[in-house]
Order: sequence, then structure tokens, then C-alpha cells
Amino acid sequence: MAITINGQEHALPDDPRVTLLDLLRGDAGLTGTKKGCDHGQCGACTVLVNGMRINSCLALAVTHDGDEVTTIEGLGSPTEPGVMQSAFLAHDGFQCGYCTPGQICSATAMLEEIKAGWPSDATEDLEGAPEITGEEIRERMSGNLCRCGAYTNIVAAIREAAGEDA
Amino acid sequence: MSVHLKQDSVDDRNVLDKTGQGVIGEPIERPEGLLKVTGTAPYAAEFKIPDCLEGVLVTAPILRGKVKSIDRDAVLSMPGVVAVLSDERMTGRAAQGMANAAPFQPAQDVEYWGQPVALVVAESFEEARDAAKHLPIEYETEEGPIDPAAVETSPAQDPTRQGDLAQAMNEAAHSVDVTITTEGHASAAMEPHAAIAQWDGSSLSVHASLQMLKFNRTELADSLGLDESKVRLLSPYVGGGFGSKLGISQEAVAASIAAMELGRPVRVVMSRQQVFQTIMRRTETQQRIRLAADADGKLTGFGHEARISNLPNEDFPEPVIQSSQFLYAGENRLLTLDMARIHRMTAGSVRAPGEAVGVQTVEQAMDMLAEKIGIDPIELRLKNLPDQHPVKGMPYSSRKLAECLQQGAEAFGWEKRPRKPRHTREGEWWIGTGVASAARIHAVVEAKARVSLQPDGTGMVESDMTDIGTGTYSILSQIAGEMLGLEPKDVLVRLGDTDFPPGSGSGGSMGASSTGSAVFLACEDLREQLARKLNVEPASMVLKDGFARWDGGQKALTELLDGDEITATGHFEPGDSTEDNLVSSFGAFFAEVAVNHWTGESRVRRMTGAFGFGRVLNRRTARSQCLGGMTWCIGNALTESLLFDPVDGHLANCDLAEYHVPVHRDVPDLQVLMLEERDGAASPIQAKGVGELGLCGGAGAIANAIYDACGARVFEYPMTPDRVLAALERV
Amino acid sequence: MRPFDYQRAERLEHASQLAADSETLPLAGGTNLIDLMKLQVETPQTLVDIGRLSMGEIAEEGEGLRIGALATNTATAAHPRVRADYPVLARAILAGATQQLRNKATTGGNLCQRTRCYYFTNIDQPCNKREPGSGCGAIDGVARLHGILGTSPQCIATYPGDMAVAMAALDATVEITGESGERSVPVRDFHRLPGDTPEKDNVLEPGEIITAVTLPAPVSGKHIYRKVRERSSYAFALCSVAAIVDMAEGRITRADLAFGGLAHKPWHDPRIAELLVDSEPSLALFDKAADLLLEGAQGYGENDFKIPLTRRTLTAVLCDATGVEA
Ligand SMILES: Cc1cc2nc3c(=O)[nH]c(=O)nc-3n(C[C@H](O)[C@H](O)[C@H](O)COP(=O)(O)OP(=O)(O)OC[C@H]3O[C@@H](n4cnc5c(N)ncnc54)[C@H](O)[C@@H]3O)c2cc1C
Ligand code: SF4
Ligand code: FES
Ligand code: FES
Repeated sequence: MAITINGQEHALPDDPRVTLLDLLRGDAGLTGTKKGCDHGQCGACTVLVNGMRINSCLALAVTHDGDEVTTIEGLGSPTEPGVMQSAFLAHDGFQCGYCTPGQICSATAMLEEIKAGWPSDATEDLEGAPEITGEEIRERMSGNLCRCGAYTNIVAAIREAAGEDA
Repeated sequence: MSVHLKQDSVDDRNVLDKTGQGVIGEPIERPEGLLKVTGTAPYAAEFKIPDCLEGVLVTAPILRGKVKSIDRDAVLSMPGVVAVLSDERMTGRAAQGMANAAPFQPAQDVEYWGQPVALVVAESFEEARDAAKHLPIEYETEEGPIDPAAVETSPAQDPTRQGDLAQAMNEAAHSVDVTITTEGHASAAMEPHAAIAQWDGSSLSVHASLQMLKFNRTELADSLGLDESKVRLLSPYVGGGFGSKLGISQEAVAASIAAMELGRPVRVVMSRQQVFQTIMRRTETQQRIRLAADADGKLTGFGHEARISNLPNEDFPEPVIQSSQFLYAGENRLLTLDMARIHRMTAGSVRAPGEAVGVQTVEQAMDMLAEKIGIDPIELRLKNLPDQHPVKGMPYSSRKLAECLQQGAEAFGWEKRPRKPRHTREGEWWIGTGVASAARIHAVVEAKARVSLQPDGTGMVESDMTDIGTGTYSILSQIAGEMLGLEPKDVLVRLGDTDFPPGSGSGGSMGASSTGSAVFLACEDLREQLARKLNVEPASMVLKDGFARWDGGQKALTELLDGDEITATGHFEPGDSTEDNLVSSFGAFFAEVAVNHWTGESRVRRMTGAFGFGRVLNRRTARSQCLGGMTWCIGNALTESLLFDPVDGHLANCDLAEYHVPVHRDVPDLQVLMLEERDGAASPIQAKGVGELGLCGGAGAIANAIYDACGARVFEYPMTPDRVLAALERV
Repeated sequence: MRPFDYQRAERLEHASQLAADSETLPLAGGTNLIDLMKLQVETPQTLVDIGRLSMGEIAEEGEGLRIGALATNTATAAHPRVRADYPVLARAILAGATQQLRNKATTGGNLCQRTRCYYFTNIDQPCNKREPGSGCGAIDGVARLHGILGTSPQCIATYPGDMAVAMAALDATVEITGESGERSVPVRDFHRLPGDTPEKDNVLEPGEIITAVTLPAPVSGKHIYRKVRERSSYAFALCSVAAIVDMAEGRITRADLAFGGLAHKPWHDPRIAELLVDSEPSLALFDKAADLLLEGAQGYGENDFKIPLTRRTLTAVLCDATGVEA
């Protein structure tokens, strides 16, 4: 049993209680993914599993064998930051930085979801193609709390990253 | 070299405006930003320390009493469990900000539901957490009061009495007498409290998430009975504080004891529920506001009487009436603060203690008064800005309140007219606007910082000061860069380590002006050292882009230093300048709110804040502080409240699912105006506090907008749908 | 978490065999179960991971639609047939939780998610649902989230979900497989009211696994899901209304309604449709519908507000659906 994290294979833990989050922060040494609540209530632990964003605190690592996980470290590094990371930096889309990796992973997946045409609670026409509006971004990012209150800047950063992508 | 300044007089030299580098105030990106956006900035629990044990706190499910016995053996046999500690040195509470002494000990004397009483240590987190849930503890229980409204209060500070408010109310042409309540708030910083302690047999080193290290070191040493010199604290990155990490907290003390007992490193991270249950709450408040005005709308009386609560033997009184002392005129004044003693977790500092709940109520009352008089609410405020402190008579060092109201109104598109609610409806939604003033007292504290010029011509700043998201790394690199003629990127700022000189710590919006001033002082000294090397007057020397220029020549700093490093330590202390003047930051909020006619749901659609807080050290990070504060206004006004069980006093909504901090969708694009000013009484860098100002009063603008929208005056915060509906039904 | 034995089910029969043990629980997306296991509200000795069984399909079934028990909430809400023919369901799902959670949450898990009662999730508090006979902490405590319909002196908790409310309005059916074979139960009858046995949330017997939910053939009408909450997102419902309402010649021809946040089940009262259908819509009529709905409603102090709030929300939804002006 193994899991692929940012392209590298990693053994799964013996103790089935270990969450994907604790595996990442512990054995895998990838502390970029944060633990804010451990109960699916804040989004700090958001990672991409097979391209889909999930709360890694509510996922048992053993259930993910064979899966591909991308964490914040997989999206870029200080010497080669990714597009979303650079946009957050440019727009001051963070303060303390603790919710930030979760926001960035979430935002990265979110742009793909909009492209794929998934609707959200803010989508007026359920059958149409959703657009990247402020309200759409805010609804779709609502699973990522930021207590520092960087929301306004986060939305600006995401808009910029979306533009670069387009 | 060490330079000391106790600031007794106003410093209006505005040195930072005369230096040549031009980086002060510039919106530079945060130097640590790349680490944060790539997940490589290490927070307290994330240091990779070999052989580290995991500790989990055990909390008491009783309101009050004493631990009688603990059946350690019941869990010591569980897999992986290494130890069960219930040491008398453990603390049941966190220390208050700047307590500088151990918090209440022993932890085994329980004063509130959820108090930590023991620590279980195991090889893995899962093992420790499971064992902690199974530790049998016997308690001797006691009863205690839990309802703040049902107990007698006693004065928490001397009342302010001037003239006769009751008479002023009687004789007033217009008056308002209203009682407004706010509920408890949690800081809910996204990083839970965490510590990793290491003991080498004689000294202790702790990675922790703390805001004010020099105090925290003393508090920890005092808790443990260690000499302070044996304790080192490291907090280079802090995942938010908002007051909750001002004082040493239970997990750091427990981890330290465990590391010392077991001879292995120990990590203790609080669960989110524990953070809610055992870390500082903001007290609930009940506030009576009385305003008396003459026919022209001039205030003749001003009353603000507040009730707060705390545990028995906790001193901290939420200073609800702090800015009511000086915000508005009114010769007849009565300001009181009364304390109820109840058994809930410690009440302490949560972002902007006092003003965060004390300004919005006054601002609601002002709105009601403007309506009664029939004038624009901005006009009412402008009419009532006193020329000097209404009681103490001292001057305002600087006050941009009028400009904030006026320029904010313009930016927001405020319609100047007497207010009449229910003027605009869009489908099911009533739309309204509201205004409020902002005020937050300014304070500075003692701070030290060491600044050096390295042989390679770069600068270095070192202090145990923290950056909790506020932008300390940025602004200190800018102050030093400005003074030394360097680009901020060429100034390395090292923070969050008690091995560095003790800065102010982050709290009470004091960090930038206090530690910033220490850096400034050190740099002034370095400038003198350089001038001496050149044999010129410091004032006639310009430092820019790594060169010293003077009348007749220029020299690269590297050349001037000639392989040496020069260093200075700045030591700043507050003095009479903040005593002889009333020093406060001011501002104004404007909000547009939609209220659903059917459900009472209220949503903020637009919000503008205009603020004056002295010199803006970095327009980007200062704006972010304002955005953060305004976001908190939305939670304060609409969603946040701690719900306590009326039977056993425990906190029911102790998680982020049920304690509702605002989410992305609650927060529209917020607009911030920063009105530059120089306040030489505030600090030698002419800067005042900004971190909390954005939260002081804005909930009142939202409340006033709710009224303007739907005609319902709600007198209970937060204004949840049920409360708005109840008020609507009264209309 | 208590230590447990982790088993991955290879086949459905295998899963129900394992789950027949009273100390075993099936694990789907885990967003509710892992949460509760961390709190030790749930302490199964064995977890049977059903996540890899092939029950994730969303497929046409006759004129209706069969949504596999493991279809994620995301997949269901984004499915073209759901968006076109059952918009009330898409809306309900999208109003719940967050994208991260919906990416994991499954049809079966969402139906079985447990109450959010603060006392249920705190093992140091009394709770008859978690520990029969220990008392109900909420009844004299913080009952803001709690029920006003179908409560009992034993328990006043609500079923917290959104998806099932829409499914109740649509009169969908839960497909169940157990050791003793297959059966189907209308969503409207799937959850249980507390009565004297609040520990039993729904009609599933040990070993029974939900395999799918089937939606009947789509019906015409306006689909509305209205959720009243304290935050504009990421909050459970104070109350919610799922409605499919159709009109012809000035009269209501269909009024399939269900309510969330009020009871330990999506609340469906057939008398409401009887009253509304064939009538001309009016505020007075809607008021009568609310009277019927709230006939037996009882508040517990802190949640008294839900009674007027539900009345108003129902009126809002019916106004929206029929074009009556307030
Ligand atoms: C912070 C937060 C906010 C949320 N907000 C909302 C909201 O607003 N609205 C909403 O509706 N939901 C909300 N949810 C709940 C979420 O939707 C549920 O957790 C999710 O739907 C459960 O699905 P799952 O597959 O993860 O279930 P699991 O956690 O895997 O299982 C839940 C239960 O169902 C049982 N089970 C699972 N599958 C089957 C099956 N096929 N047959 C029999 N039994 C089964 C399990 O044994 C377990 O007891 C929220 C959750 C969180 C954490
Ligand atoms: S309402 Fe039900 S779930 Fe909540 S405490 Fe009472 S018995 Fe338990
Ligand atoms: S840590 Fe996973 S959602 Fe908060
Ligand atoms: S940046 Fe601090 S919580 Fe978002």
C-alpha cells in the first residue's frame, strides 16, 4: 500500500487512525498543509487528491492508497512559485499565512471546477456555464476560513491568477 | 552601542520624511511572503525535532472543584503511553497580556468547565489523544455562579463623573437612552495553540505560538520555577493571535514540564475545541448609552455604563468605555464599568479589547439621536468633536476623524440626507446604509531592537518581536532601510527569538510604533557612527542605495565599513508624550447592508473604512490590517457569539462549525482609505496603532444600515436572523 | 480515536456481512464518521471501507434517475440530468457544506449523517442519542439548532442535512441491501423521530447498506430550495424549504414541499399539498399552509424563533413560486 505525494511514492501508515493530514505533516514531513480544526470546519488542510480538493483532516490515509496527492509544496517553491502562489504574494492575500496553503490549494482546484462547468450555490443558471465572478469565487472559497480577514485580497489574487490562466 | 529614549516630548522632526531612500510607506511585498505562500514558513508545531513525544491535554468536565485523584495506571498500560502528568506547576489558564508572572496555578483547582488539569504523553498523537479521553479523574465539585446577569457587580475601575447626566437628560431637547448587549467572542486564530519543548538538562527551549516573547519567557520561567536565563522561546511565525497568544498558555507550560520530566522533546497542540474552551474569551457586555443634546444637536450629556464579567481573581476588565472618554463632547458625563464574577473561562484580550464592542453601541445611539434631531448622522458627529479631552482637558495629538467622515462619505457615495428607513427595496431585500466613527486608543511600550550594518553593506534587524500577520517583517525592514539608505530586501529582519533583544511583542496595536521606534533609534545611532567615520555632521549626510553622500563626496557603505560590522541597540520607552496628549487613532466606517424582508438574514454588500493612524509605514500591510478589522466588524455585527450552557456553564459552540467567523461569502470587496498624518506624540516615527482600529465601531455602521434598510433597531449583537425578525415584528 | 480494525470491502455482500456486527460501521466519504470518531462519539471496533465498491454511478432508471450511494455530492449536483430535471436537488446539495466536503461526501453518508447537536458531539455532556438514559442536555440547554416538530422529551435533535430535504420533496426512494436481501424505503420514511429511542437515527438495521437513491420521473414546476442560515455559506440550516410548485390557469397544480432544520427528518406533511393544490395562491392561503405545518410545533426557548421563521420562509418560497406579491 502506498500513496503518491507530489509525485513521490510514500508508504501508508500502520495505524489506520492516521489521517492524510497527519501523514503529510508527520511522516511525509510536508508541514505546508495546516491543521486548523481537525474537523472539516476551516479548510486549512485542503489538498488535492486526484485533482479534487478535499479536507485532508477528515480522510484516513489508508483509504487513499494508490491516490495522487498534491500539496502546497507541489504547487511551487520559494524559488519557483506557482501562478496562484505568486498572485497571493502580489495581492497580499494573506497575513499570518496559516490559512494560506489551504486557500491556494482550494483556489487552484476551484478554477478547474469552474472550467469543468460545475455549478455552485451562487450560480444563477444551473444549466449554463458558470463564470468567474466575485460572488462565484466567494461562494466557492467559503470552505476556507481566514481569521486574519484577507478575503478581499484573496479574491483579487484569484481573479489575477484566473486571468493569467485564460 | 545602546541608545535609550524615554519619549517625554513630541517628536515632530519627521526624520523618516527627510532621509533619502524613499521606501518608508511603500507597499512592498512581505519579505517572508514567499515562505508563507509556498507552505515553507514553519509554525510552532512544525519544527522537525527527532524523538519528539506527543502530549494531549486532559480537561475537566466540571464547572468548579478540585482534582481528588487520577488513575494514571488506567492509561499507562495503553499502547504507546509514556506518562501522565498532573503537576502542580501546570496552569489552568493562560496569562493575561503583559502579566509577566505565572498564570493561576495549580491547574488542578478547577474554576471553569474545560480547564486543563493533566497531560497525557505518548509516542504518537493518536495514542495520546485516545488515552487522554480515557484518563479517569475524580473531582470534588463545587457550585459557582455562571450567569453574568444574575450576579451582583462591583466597579472594575473608578467611574468618570462630571456634571449631572440625569439632569442633562431631563433638560435635553433631544435624548437617547438605550441598552445594548454584545455576546462573548473568541479570537479563533487559525493556528491552534501549540508548543514543542526541549530540555537539555539545564536549559529549556520552546517553539511556541506566542505574541509577546519577553513577557512569555518570564511567565514560563515563573510557572516552572526556573531562572529566566534558562528559558528560550522561539516564535518566528505565528498563525494569528488577536490577543489569544499574549500570555503564556497551558500547552506551553505543560509541554515544558513534560520535557523536563521525561528528558525527551514533547509537542503539545491544543485541539480546536480546547482552544475555544480554555483560551481567552471576550466578555459579553451590557451597555447603557445615554445621550442628551440641545436643539442644535450639540451634546450636553454623555453616558456609557457597561457591565462585563470575568473569573473571580482575574483582573482584566474589558475596557468597554475606553474611547467614550474622549470621542464625543458633552459636559455632563457618566462612564462606568462594572464587573460580574462568574465561572466561565478567563476573559481577556481579544482583538481591540474595549473599543471592539464599546464603540459600536455609542455609534448606534448617535444614529438614533441624529434621527430624532433630523440631521445627517455625519453632521451630528462633526458637531460634537471636542476641541480637547472632555474631562482631562489635554489636547488631541492628531485626529483625522472629521476628514475620515468626510472623505469616507465621498468614497462610499454617502447620500447626505436625514435618514428615513425602508427607502430601497430590491426583491425580497431591503437595502440601507449606515455610518459610524472609529476610535482606538494608542499605546506604546518599552522595546529594544538591535540593528547592524554588515561588512557587505546589508542591514540586519534583530528583536524578539513577533510578526503575527501584522507585517512586522516588512515594516522593520523599511524603517531600517529608510534610515540606512538600503532597499528593504537588503535588510534581514530576524524576529521571534528571546535570544534577540526584547522588543515590545505584538499586542494592543503597539508593536509597530514601539519596536519600530527601537529600530529607528538604533539606526539613528548607526547614522552617527557612520558620520563620525566620515567626519561630517549626521544631518548633512544622506544615505541612499548603499552609499553615504555628503557635501563634497560619496562613499559606498562597504568601503566605509571596511570589513567591519557596526551595531547599535535601540531602547525605546514611552514617556510623557502619550500622557500629556490624548493619542488615539480615528476613522469612519460606511456600510451598505441588505436585509431580507422574510427571513431577517442580513448581508453586508459594501463597506468603506477611512482611517488616520499616523504615519503609514507600509501601505500594503497597513491596508491589510484594516481589511482584517473590517472583516471582524462583519462577524461582530452579524454572526459571532459564544453560547454558554445555562445549566453547567460549559461553552456549547466550541468549534468553527458553530462559532461563526465570517466566511468568504460574508465579506464583499472592502474599500480602505488611509489618511496620512504625522503624530509626533505617538512615537518618534510618528506612527500610531492600526491593527485594531478597523474593528472599532464598524459593527455599529452595519447595525445602523440594518435600521436604515428595514426600520428595525436591533439592540443585541450579533444581529442574527431571529433577532432581526423579532425587531422587525416590533416595527 | 479508539483503535479499530480497518477492512476494505471488496464486494457489497462482503460489506453487509461485516457491517452486520453491531460494533462495525461502514465508511464512505468519512466526512461525518471520522469527525465523530475523533470526538469518540463513534467508537466502532471495525471500520468497513465501502468507498471502492462500484456504487458511484448516476444512471437513468426508467424516466427517473438512480443515484448510487457512493456518488459524491459534487457529482450529483453537477450531473446534467439533476441540473435540468431535479434542480431542487442540485440547489439543496450546493447549499450544504463546502466544495471540499461535497467532493468527499456521498449520497449514503449524507442521508446517514448524524445530528449537529452540541451535546451529542461533546462526550462529557448528557445525551440520550449517544448514551441512552443519560439525559438530554439540550432540552434545558443551548437549543438553537434544535427541533420544533416531532421532538420527544428524550431528544429534540434535528437531522442536519440539506440533500435529503430535496429528496423528500421529490419523493425519492432509498435502496437498501442487507444480509436478508434488498428493500426500498421512501426518503420521507427513512429517518426516525426520536420517540423513546433517539439512539436510532433511521430505519437501517445492522448490516444494511444503502446502495442508491432513486428519483421518480421528473415533474414540471418551479424548483426552489431555500436555506436560512447565520452565515451566507458553510452553515447548517436554521430552517430550509424544498419546493416543487406548479401552476395552471391561476391555480396551484402541484405543491411538493419538505422542510429541513425543524425535526429529526426532512419534514413532509401531505396535508399541505392537499390544501394548496387546486387553490388560488394568496397570502391568506400560505398562512393556512403554515398553520398546518406548524400545528404541533413546540419551541424549547432558544429555538422558539424557528416557528415564526419557518412561517415566513414558507411564505417567501410560495410567493416566489407562485408570483404572489407580498
Ligand atoms: C463543517 C461541516 C459542515 C457541513 N455542512 C453541511 C450542510 O450544510 N449541509 C449538509 O447537508 N451537510 C453538511 N455537512 C455534512 C456532510 O454533508 C456529511 O458529512 C456528508 O454528507 C457525509 O457523507 P460521507 O460519505 O462523508 O459519510 P461518512 O462520514 O462516510 O458516513 C456517515 C455515516 O453514514 C454511514 N454510511 C455511509 N455510507 C453508507 C451507506 N452506503 N449505507 C449505510 N450507511 C452508510 C456511516 O457508517 C456513517 O455512520 C457538513 C459537514 C461538516 C464537517
Ligand atoms: S437533543 Fe438529542 S442529540 Fe441533543 S442532547 Fe438531547 S438527546 Fe442528545
Ligand atoms: S483542519 Fe481540516 S478543515 Fe480544518
Ligand atoms: S492569513 Fe491568517 S488566517 Fe488567513
